[in-house]
Amino acid sequence: MLTTAITVSLVLVGAAVALTLLRLALGPTMPDRILALDTLAIDAIALVVILGLLNATALSFEAALLLATMGFVGTVALCKFLIGRNIID
Amino acid sequence: MIVEAIASFLIVSGAAFVLLGSIGLFRLPDIFTRLHGPTKATTLGVGAIVVASSVAAYAVNGDISLRELTIPLFLFITAPVSAHLIGKAALKDAAGRRQS
Repeated sequence: MLTTAITVSLVLVGAAVALTLLRLALGPTMPDRILALDTLAIDAIALVVILGLLNATALSFEAALLLATMGFVGTVALCKFLIGRNIID
Repeated sequence: MIVEAIASFLIVSGAAFVLLGSIGLFRLPDIFTRLHGPTKATTLGVGAIVVASSVAAYAVNGDISLRELTIPLFLFITAPVSAHLIGKAALKDAAGRRQS
């Protein structure tokens, strides 16, 4: 049952990644693309956690935490660049 | 058996919330409404998936590991901050567009 649930959730998150990539390609303004990249990072965390559940390893935890940190830092840097044209005041 | 059912329900509902957030990101009309989908629905979806992973580890090993819950904790702290910054950048972008 858990294997079926993992397969179904991989398909659902894959569809979410496809929609987010469409928004990243279409997105009329820069903040739209930043939001799509942030969502892609969160989707990547979900995929890594689901794959760790499928392979029954505890190694995916560190990768997911690293992705969360780097996604947040990247979003903040891009937004601060758009707001003030300099990242570190 | 029942623990496995709980984990399956949590992982499927979490993935459904992630998909819902991305549908909101794709379909809603402008950036200020699009911010709502990923910042709320997707964060809750990832939280549910991580809790499902913790519950499944309990079903296999028999002990509860709480350290995986640091991922949704971190996401719950950082999602409002990044949403606020994206909103500020979008406001500045819209103001620049109106002037020119």
